[in-house]
Amino acid sequence: MAAKKPRLAVWKFASCDGCQLSLLDCEDELLAVAGAVDIAYFPEATRGEISGKYDVSLVEGSVTTAHDAERILDVRARSRVVITIGACATAGGIQALKNFADVKEFTAAVYAHPEYIHTLATSTAISAHIKVDFELRGCPINKMQLVEVVSAFVAGRKPVTPAHSVCIECKLKNNVCVMVAHAKPCLGPVTHAGCGALCPSYDRGCYGCFGPMETPNTVSLSRQMAHLGMSRADLKRVYSTFNVNAEEFRKERERHG
Amino acid sequence: MATDHVSVTIEKQGLQSLIDILAKRGYRVVGPTLRDQAIVYDDIARVDELPAGWTDEQDGGTYRLQRRDDGALFGYTVGPHSWKRFLHPPIQQLWKAARSADAATVEATPAEPERFALFGVRACELHAIAIQDKVFLHGPYVDSHYKARRDNAFIVAVNCGKAGGTCFCVSMNTGPRVSNGYDLALTELVEGGKHRFVVEAGSDKGRDVLAGLPKQPASSGDLDAAKKVTEKTAASMGRSMKADDVRELLARNLEHKRWDEVAERCLSCANCTMVCPTCFCVSVEEASDLAGVESSRSRRWDSCFTMDYSYVHGGSVRSTTRARYRQWMTHKLSTWWDQFGTSGCVGCGRCITWCPVGIDITEEVAAIRSSEPQ
Ligand code: SF4
Ligand code: SF4
Ligand code: SF4
Repeated sequence: MAAKKPRLAVWKFASCDGCQLSLLDCEDELLAVAGAVDIAYFPEATRGEISGKYDVSLVEGSVTTAHDAERILDVRARSRVVITIGACATAGGIQALKNFADVKEFTAAVYAHPEYIHTLATSTAISAHIKVDFELRGCPINKMQLVEVVSAFVAGRKPVTPAHSVCIECKLKNNVCVMVAHAKPCLGPVTHAGCGALCPSYDRGCYGCFGPMETPNTVSLSRQMAHLGMSRADLKRVYSTFNVNAEEFRKERERHG
Repeated sequence: MATDHVSVTIEKQGLQSLIDILAKRGYRVVGPTLRDQAIVYDDIARVDELPAGWTDEQDGGTYRLQRRDDGALFGYTVGPHSWKRFLHPPIQQLWKAARSADAATVEATPAEPERFALFGVRACELHAIAIQDKVFLHGPYVDSHYKARRDNAFIVAVNCGKAGGTCFCVSMNTGPRVSNGYDLALTELVEGGKHRFVVEAGSDKGRDVLAGLPKQPASSGDLDAAKKVTEKTAASMGRSMKADDVRELLARNLEHKRWDEVAERCLSCANCTMVCPTCFCVSVEEASDLAGVESSRSRRWDSCFTMDYSYVHGGSVRSTTRARYRQWMTHKLSTWWDQFGTSGCVGCGRCITWCPVGIDITEEVAAIRSSEPQ
C-alpha cells in the first residue's frame, strides 16, 4: 500500500510563498496528507532533490522570467497532473501590474544595477505556458480547499470548489449584505467563491481575491459601485489587485481609464 | 379557525410570558432582532431583544434602519433572512459512509428533532412556508429532515402594521393579515400611550399556550383597531403587480427583448434566490477524507443562477444570464403553477431589496405587460 502512494511535488515560481504555506498551515490535516501522498519534493518544507516523475504537482507563482518559462515546461514534463494554486499561478498575481507599466523604468528606479535584472515584461499565469489540469483560486488559497483538492485527487473524484459568486457563500453564512444594508461597494457578485465570504463576514466589501466568478457582469456591478460613490479612479483600482490579469478584471479595469 | 374562539389582549410583559412558556416547553425561540444594521431572525430569550422603536426603509438594492417615534416591537417588515433558514437549513448532511478492510457501511443522517418556535412570522411568510410544505411534504417523496422540523415548529404570527417599500403581498393575495397556518397570531396596538397585542389562537397547540398567558378579553374596540392596522398596511404597499394573468403573460413572452435587457443588469449572483422564502433548490456534494475511509453527502442551497445548476454532460443548459433570469422569474410566477398548483412568489419583496443592483420583479413584469397591446 505504502509504495503505491502518489508522489507529490510543490513548485514555486514568482510568488510570496503564502499559498505553499497554506499546506504547512494545515496542522490538523498535514499528517493525513502525508499519509495519503508521498511528499517527494517540497523545498519550503523538506530537503529533497528533483528526481523522476510526479503523480501530482502543485504549482505556486507566476512566470516572470525567461528561466521560469523554461522551468515550467520541465515541471509539466515530469508531472502526470498539474494543479496551480493561488492568484499568481492562476492569473499572474499582483506582480502582473507590471504588464501595464514600463518595466525598464521600474528596474531603473529600484535597483542600483538594473543591467543585472533579467525579467520579462509581463507576469503571466501558468496556464499561459502549459496545459493545467486544475486551478485553485485565491490570494491566498483557502487551506480547506487545498485539502479538498488533494483529497479529491487521491479519491479520483472532482473537487468541490464552486465557481459561482461569493454572494452565495455570504448568504449561506447568514451575513447581512454590506452593499445593500451599509452602502459599501463589494466585489462579491463578480468574484469566484472559495474564501467563505471572509471580508463581508467582517463588515467589509469583498476585494476579489479569488478572481472572476464563472459569469461575471463587471459592467453592471461597476455601475452600482459608481452609484454608491466610487470614482473612475476608485473603480480602476478595485480591479487592479491580485487578479488584475484575469481577463474579465483586466478588461473592466481598462474601461475605467 | 380564527373565529371559533375569543380573542384576547396581552401587554408587553405578556409577550415575555409567551417566550418563557415556549422556552419551557422545549422550543428554541427565534425571532426578529438587531444585528449588523439589519433586523434578522435569531435566538431570542427576552422581549427587549426585539427591535423596539426600529423600522426599516427598503427599496431596490437598499435597506436602511430608521428610528420610529413609538416603541413598537414589530414596526418594520421582513429583513434579509427568511424562516427557511430554520426549516430548510443552508447545509444538511444526508448520509455518511465508512469503509473497513472487508466492508462498507452507509448510514442515513437522522432527522434532527430541533423544535423551533418561529416568533413574528408575517402573512407572506406563512404562505411561503405553505409553499415549501407543498414541495417537501405533499409530493410523492416526503423530505424527512424538513418534516421533522416542520412538525415540531410552533408559529407565532404577526399582522403587519407597516408595509415595506418593496412589499406587494396585496397583489399576491398573501397578506398583510394572516389567515391560517399559525398557532398564535398577534396584532400590535400602539396608540394613546397604550401598548397592547390582540392575540388569536389558530390551533389547539396555540390555544393551550394561550391559556397560560396573563390576558384580558379583547373588546370590540380592540378588534376594530386590529382590523384597521392591517387595512392601513394594505393601503400602503410599496410595490404592486397585476398577478391574475401573469402566468399566461410570461408563458407567451419567452422570447421578449426585455430578457436581454435585464440580463445586462443581472449579476447572476443568486442573492435573489438565497433570500427568497420559497426557493428550495439545493445541490448535493460529496466529501471524502484523505485516508479514503470516510465519506459523506450533504445538500446545500443552490440556485438556478449558477452554471453548475443546469450542468449536464458537456455544458450548462442555461449558459446565458438571459436564460437564467428568465428561468427564475418564469418559474416563480408561471411554471410554479404548472408544477405545484400555486404561485412561487408571495410578494415579500426580498429579491428586490437584496438584489445588489435593485432588479425588481414587479417592474420586469410591468415592462413585459406594457409592450403588449392593452
Ligand atoms: S456583502 Fe458582498 S458578497 Fe455578500 S451578498 Fe452582499 S454583495 Fe454579495
Ligand atoms: S436578479 Fe439581482 S440578485 Fe438575482 S442574480 Fe440577478 S443581480 Fe443577483
Ligand atoms: S420572488 Fe421575490 S417577492 Fe416573490 S417570494 Fe421570492 S423573494 Fe419574495
